[in-house]
Amino acid sequence: MFISSDSSTPCFKDFTLVMPAVAVGNVGQLAVDLIVSTLHMNRVGYIHTDCLIPMAGNDPYANRQDNTVELHTPAEVYTSDEQKLAVLQIRAPILQTKSKKFRQLLVSWIRASGFSRTVVLSSSHAYQRDDQQLQSTPLRYLVTPSLMKTNADTLKELGWKEMERMPAFPGLSNPDAEMRLCIPGGGITKGLYTDSCEQDLPLAVLLLFCSEGDNIPDAFTIVNHLNDWLHLLDEHSQKTNKWKIPTSWSLLFGSGIPPALF
Amino acid sequence: MATFFGEVLSVYSRAVEEEEDEEDENEEDKQIRRELEEKREVRLLWNPDLTASLKSGDKLPCSDLIIAVGLNAASFMSVYVLSSAKWDRVGHASVWNERSRAISSEDSPCIFYRHKDNPSVLICLVTGYIAEDQQFQWTEKVFDSLQQRQLSVTVLSDSFVAEYKTADYVCRGSAPFLRSLHTSGFSDQPVCHSLEQPNILTGLPAAVLNHCQVHRIAAVVYQCYSDVIGPDSISMETFKPALTKLGRSIQLVSSPNTDILRKVAKTTDIQSNLYI
Repeated sequence: MFISSDSSTPCFKDFTLVMPAVAVGNVGQLAVDLIVSTLHMNRVGYIHTDCLIPMAGNDPYANRQDNTVELHTPAEVYTSDEQKLAVLQIRAPILQTKSKKFRQLLVSWIRASGFSRTVVLSSSHAYQRDDQQLQSTPLRYLVTPSLMKTNADTLKELGWKEMERMPAFPGLSNPDAEMRLCIPGGGITKGLYTDSCEQDLPLAVLLLFCSEGDNIPDAFTIVNHLNDWLHLLDEHSQKTNKWKIPTSWSLLFGSGIPPALF
Repeated sequence: MATFFGEVLSVYSRAVEEEEDEEDENEEDKQIRRELEEKREVRLLWNPDLTASLKSGDKLPCSDLIIAVGLNAASFMSVYVLSSAKWDRVGHASVWNERSRAISSEDSPCIFYRHKDNPSVLICLVTGYIAEDQQFQWTEKVFDSLQQRQLSVTVLSDSFVAEYKTADYVCRGSAPFLRSLHTSGFSDQPVCHSLEQPNILTGLPAAVLNHCQVHRIAAVVYQCYSDVIGPDSISMETFKPALTKLGRSIQLVSSPNTDILRKVAKTTDIQSNLYI
């Protein structure tokens, strides 16, 4: 459940919530790191739950010169008051037996906090795309009916591609075939989306087809895509790379190489 | 994914397990799940007088809790602290998982000791494996039993230097070394460098730190990065500075108990049968 890091409970009413799904390539989580790091968001609380594998670390967004220790936990909430933006970062895998419980926890927290809309950043296995999906952009979106009511025009203007439904039994050429939503590698994305539809929550999913590997470019792709909609960054910025990479991204592929190796 | 030799492997994402369709679960599956969950429940078993006290609603008074996780940390505490014979064994945890089948108190992976003269000082030795889905539960149950006002927690833990990420490879040559991480409630000065990003703590030390951070309890973890697989006396000595701040209750014995040291070192002697 949500526990405030200050003595007062923050108010999230009318805020936009951006959160990642723990999914293939950790793309959503990397994208959220970029948002928190660039907008210098403040931590306002923790999601303290038995559903995540425990981990702890020093401040992932600190500048290298900072010597202070600030402990960070597997799930934390950051806010930027002037942009009415809240961000939930999830840093650890969800325990497999607890994924339904975690989804329910999130949905009830989202509803209780009064967010005006929630955006889930996610990803799906690129190798499981069908022929049609292989040929177009790797970005997709999903929107609950509740959010569609208020954002239909914006989404039309952006020209985004909605996530296609897949036949339940591919290969069977039955015109009445059952079509269903399938997000392989997306973790709890599909569950969150269907739960939000059922409970009439305004929720959108932005997802990217990708594979495991160096997913930093994928994170930039999805965060720029999100920025096209939410306009999180100052548009007049002249810098080509507008997003600030956090210090926790160093040594992603291991330590320095021992000189004796060569 | 197809490999070079043509066989097809199923690829597991490092991030994700496929979400199972829970609607397909029948009553029998649910029953099995429930029984497994019950079996994996962590149970804390205290001595009868403490159990009675807890049952009547009084939590155990505790000003200092020291948790030693891992063989080096636990051996250090056994050799340098518990050997002074001023400690009573007051409880243990019953933990069942894929690597630890301990049910009785003798082979329990987790044992609690209390100081005879100062009963608000508790030590916990964790020598066995506590699974990822049990770590949060263990932490909640332990802290639920303790009164938490003015509580100060110190965790000693082991790790391998191979897991320590640094751009400067030479730094690894200085193993064993200590790194620390503490909660915002911890106002003292740690005795070593803090753990630099991108390194993180996992396991029981992380679960304890998370709990203490969220509940504003003063806690510090000292992790020893060692280049030796089993417990060794040099790695154990690295922990000494970590206990200096704890005053008179945790006095280190001046000369380590050689019997215990020998027993600990023997378990990791590499046996060679080349010259038998």
